[in-house]
Amino acid sequence: MIIAQQKPIQEIAEMVKDCRKVLVVGCAGCVTVCLSGGEKETEILASELRIMRQLQENPLETVTFVCTRQCDPEYIAMLDNLVEDVDAVISLACGVGVQYIAERYPSKWVLPAQNTNFIGGSIEHGVWEERCGMCGNCILHLTGGICPIIRCSKSILNGPCGGSQYGKCEVSKDTPCAWQLIYDRMQSLGKLDKLLELQPPKDWSTSRDGGPRKAVREDVIIG
Amino acid sequence: MAEEFEPKIVAFCCHYCAYSAADLAGSMRLQYPSNIRIVEMTCSGNIDHRVILNAFEEGADGVYVAGCMEGDCHFLKGNYRAKKRVNHVKQMLDEIGFDSRRLEFYNLSAAMGPRFAEIANEMTQRIKELGPSPLNKKEGDTK
Repeated sequence: MIIAQQKPIQEIAEMVKDCRKVLVVGCAGCVTVCLSGGEKETEILASELRIMRQLQENPLETVTFVCTRQCDPEYIAMLDNLVEDVDAVISLACGVGVQYIAERYPSKWVLPAQNTNFIGGSIEHGVWEERCGMCGNCILHLTGGICPIIRCSKSILNGPCGGSQYGKCEVSKDTPCAWQLIYDRMQSLGKLDKLLELQPPKDWSTSRDGGPRKAVREDVIIG
Repeated sequence: MAEEFEPKIVAFCCHYCAYSAADLAGSMRLQYPSNIRIVEMTCSGNIDHRVILNAFEEGADGVYVAGCMEGDCHFLKGNYRAKKRVNHVKQMLDEIGFDSRRLEFYNLSAAMGPRFAEIANEMTQRIKELGPSPLNKKEGDTK
């Protein structure tokens, strides 16, 4: 899932300081699962902003709504009636949701309440870790299911490097060396010979290259 | 002469400890301020950020959550979670410029009737010193 974390409340409050009424929109997708932009967080943010503004004797009216997903136009359409009389829309979705709302309502001031951080998963309740670098050309079959692109600080394909010490990466004693993990896993699988195959330089053209990427499934396109 | 400020304080009390302690305080004929409005909960661990914020927005001058003694939660960890959540809300309140001393968490057991009354007195005294919640200002108030 996409992991996002809410911006400091002061930063969000500053964005809406000139508004009298705002629409606060949560997302029931990834940001609900990573506990930063779901129904609960949407209500809390709205409440914080209202209290803050009441203390400043400049009351703020809030309307809240949670979209099933903000990255699908059909779910954003549900906001059509709600955006009419608000001065701004605060989105608690990832950067995709903010842009989708901004595109649908060109005359509205759409603001991000979150910083979108990475693609990852939870390692325990309340802790999330990055696991995919979205390089567009998966090599997990070569590395025992451990991604060196995002989990190795240097993203090297033929590791480990000289900075690997006692299973940890030189950048931090809290960061496991991805290549140590890969070696250990391949050893337990009895596939160490696979690591003797040298990997050529990766073709990065499938990654962040040439502007935004697009995925197309011709067979499901309607019309 | 101005009337003395009588705060409205909402106490979210766990059924297994604080709520029973309030009962005991009543049976023992202990006096505690009538400023306390008790809300019975199945466990203090049920407390939610939104409920606390809502209580303040709806006019509470103070809020406290009372759960079991540490290690004695009927649901094992509810009181620890409640305490963490209350501390998080306190941090949020400070960030938005609302005095977090208006919110507190207490541990007590069902046998602590006198302690319940003591907490009620302590919180009432604290909120009286802090004055009315800035969210309860009436139109025309100058302060």
